[in-house]
Amino acid sequence: MQWIEFRLEKRLEPPRWLGPSMPFIAVSAALFLGAVILLVSGRNPVVIYQRMFQAAFTNPGALSATLTAATPLLLTGLAAAVAFRMRVWNIGADGQLMIAAVLAAGVGIALGERSIAISLPAMLVAGVIGGVAWALIPALLRAYLRTSEVLTTLMLNYVAPLILFYLIIDSTSYWRDLESPSARVFPQGKTLAESDFWPEYGEGISVPFGLVVGVVLAVLLAVLLRSTRLGFQMKVAADSEAAGHYAGIRTVRLLILVMVISGALAGVAGASQVGDFSHRIEPKALQFATYGYTGIAVAALARYNPLGVVLSAFLVGGMTNAGFAIQGVDLPLGLIGLIQGLILLLVAASEVSSRYRFVFGRRARPEPHGTEPLREIDEQTAAGTGQEAAP
Amino acid sequence: MQPHEYMEDREMLKMIEESVADSAPAGSSALAARGITKAFPGVLANDRIDFDVVPGEVHALLGENGSGKTTLCKILTGLYRPDAGLVLVDGQPVHFRSPAEAYAAGIFMVHQHFSLVGPLTVAENVVLGWTREGGFRFNRADVEDQVAAVAERLEMHVDPRAQISRLSVGERQRVEILKALYRGARTLILDEPTTVLTPQEADQLFISLRRMADAGESVVFISHKLDEVSALCDRVTVLRQGRTSGSADLREERVDARGLARLMVGRDIHFERRSRLAAAGEGAAVLEMSGVSAVDEDGSRVLTDIELSIGAGEILGLAGVAGNGQLALAEVITGVRPSASGDIALDGEPIPSGDVRAAVDRGIAYVPEDRMGTGLAPGLSVADNIALKAFRRPEYGRGPFLSRPRIEERTNVLITEFDVKGTVDTLARQLSGGNAQRVVLAREISSQPRLLVVATPTRGLDVSAMETIRGLLIDAADAGVAILLISEDLGEILDLADRVAVICAGRIQGVLDAEEADVEEIGLLMMGGSVERAEGTADAVD
Repeated sequence: MQWIEFRLEKRLEPPRWLGPSMPFIAVSAALFLGAVILLVSGRNPVVIYQRMFQAAFTNPGALSATLTAATPLLLTGLAAAVAFRMRVWNIGADGQLMIAAVLAAGVGIALGERSIAISLPAMLVAGVIGGVAWALIPALLRAYLRTSEVLTTLMLNYVAPLILFYLIIDSTSYWRDLESPSARVFPQGKTLAESDFWPEYGEGISVPFGLVVGVVLAVLLAVLLRSTRLGFQMKVAADSEAAGHYAGIRTVRLLILVMVISGALAGVAGASQVGDFSHRIEPKALQFATYGYTGIAVAALARYNPLGVVLSAFLVGGMTNAGFAIQGVDLPLGLIGLIQGLILLLVAASEVSSRYRFVFGRRARPEPHGTEPLREIDEQTAAGTGQEAAP
Repeated sequence: MQPHEYMEDREMLKMIEESVADSAPAGSSALAARGITKAFPGVLANDRIDFDVVPGEVHALLGENGSGKTTLCKILTGLYRPDAGLVLVDGQPVHFRSPAEAYAAGIFMVHQHFSLVGPLTVAENVVLGWTREGGFRFNRADVEDQVAAVAERLEMHVDPRAQISRLSVGERQRVEILKALYRGARTLILDEPTTVLTPQEADQLFISLRRMADAGESVVFISHKLDEVSALCDRVTVLRQGRTSGSADLREERVDARGLARLMVGRDIHFERRSRLAAAGEGAAVLEMSGVSAVDEDGSRVLTDIELSIGAGEILGLAGVAGNGQLALAEVITGVRPSASGDIALDGEPIPSGDVRAAVDRGIAYVPEDRMGTGLAPGLSVADNIALKAFRRPEYGRGPFLSRPRIEERTNVLITEFDVKGTVDTLARQLSGGNAQRVVLAREISSQPRLLVVATPTRGLDVSAMETIRGLLIDAADAGVAILLISEDLGEILDLADRVAVICAGRIQGVLDAEEADVEEIGLLMMGGSVERAEGTADAVD
């Protein structure tokens, strides 16, 4: 038997429909591969997927839990999307989120039992300042010393939790709760006054305030990138720094600005963590949540499109939520993580593969628009140069 | 994909092999191609090409960019394998699977980018990676003697003991040729060898190639410079759109550059020559540079004491061997690179150093040498690239917002006016070289500049695109724009410029009136001579 001959051929231009549909294809393929793995491990994939879907979206309270899981991912996803679009590799949303949480919690604690109309904006601003400050360190290092922001943002991700641990566990800082009985058993952060808790919306399901902020920011970001002069400059500089420089775009300034926006978004995520959910600094929980890293994956799944991030955060949030809900003796959490990992791997692979196509058979056929002009001119030649060309 | 096409190929191949066996002038050709076909995605690079080189001739392979010259040569030297067709060496069909097999058959190619190791000597480079029966022993003196002997035979001036990194580009090219001959080349293919040479160096090269041919070796000379081909070569094969569009014996027929151009393009070409300004330079100077110097990123000096002025409606050509400060000069004027010292003034007002936006606002337009990547953002649409500089202007939006419809409207106007083959949504990287350059020129000229700096505007373009681009430059000058034309093509400068400034090692060696300047003189200045010395040499020769 003869092997079918094929080779990979680079596409001149991927068809337009292919780009946006790639994430869906990747997710489907990942679910399929996941099903194979589930089958091999002796489980019925249909049943498992059904349970996952119910746990994520249809069980009582499932949707609220999914929205809760999606909130930080939406914000860190936006932080990654805006930076990665500009080819600024901010891996540091995790650390930026933690520092933001510290500042937001500090402001919340200091304000005590004020009206939410004061404490919420104050905490939000504090969070933004924290995130921006933590992002500015690598931004300035990159802008003026050409240090790779991949390394610096990543390293700062290791510094931030150490600060949290110091504040809550290794010192008697302002943030540490020294009074309540449970805090004497194990160190914990001071809890905000209940009046400072951020509001929730909706009946039956609860929509965290941070999620609303995230959706609004996603829309604003989409407008910024698509239809402003600033967004245009970002687009140019991202495509070709040399072209940007040539056009008089101050690329260094733009780079810093992008890091600031990215850090600010991570900062909102940090403030939301404190205001919406934990109401105090929880070093361990924040360290193990790795919202910043998952945000990168969420952004990649959305192909760095801010509005797409809303969708992908919802999806990944649902899977995270489902993973926790259905894990048990028969289904380890690792299996869910494996399927999540497959999705991300395939999304990344689809970026590359959409630029190629399979060609079967021995000879590549030229694409139609390549041959047409050739024919046309050849006939002219044959008619026009016959005489001169006699050898 | 379709089975019958596959069959067609097979049948064609068989037919070709049969016809070759019957009718080909077997034995008379050192290297021949029969029906060579090679397709790449989106383009049929070679379409049934026939090509013959006989021993002892210099054979030109002429064609516009994208006509399939390079693909053909890569097939002849075993870098590519043809989809169909045959390569014959001395009348025998060969199927090269690698360049090494082509070397063994005596076919060598000198590429545009040399493969030499800088810290080693000429002789060391010649034998590097070349194993012969001698095994691992390297007898330095032997090799040096042999290399010197070959060099002498070709009238090449090369010291086998010299270190490559100290040699000029022209000398390195000679080493590449020596390397091929030392390794037993009987057919040598040179890919556009003169682009990096001064006119004098090119003349030297021609002499050496002639010597090779006289000794019975064959030379394939790839070029798109018509005058070179008619001056040097015995025969010419012209490729067009991947096909053999004609061939001619230049020893028997009188084919001038115009006739060759017709073969290349398929129609008559009119290169506009400029009717020169009666009072060039007498009008008010638009650009004035005095004592301008600049340094590179690593602090080395790239421009020294530049004094230049360009009047309204004047084209000043800047001639020089590539890499002698032309890029730095263009960048300093346009604000892309700050100057280290000196003053640059536009219409008598000084312009700040290193401020692109100020330069753009003051009316300095710039067509950079690096078209795709600097002049255009490759991944953005034509509309975005048209707006590349103008997006700040109030008419393209309100406040912080940018009006996409207005940009597209403007782009459509320019697409029509400058005859760009593409739409507002076409990505820049999808454009052909000529169309890409039209987009850049459309943007820059439509900004109604006072000064237009253009760097190698027609490099890599086919003859018809060249014609258009030159026409656009002349129109701009006629409309009163001062133009600095930086080019490595001396012919282009002499055709277009009113005056010629020659740059060497970051210094202006002299400024000549284009009407009176001759190529010899400019060539000497390009190599760092002075006009006085140029005259002195001329006297001495007389």
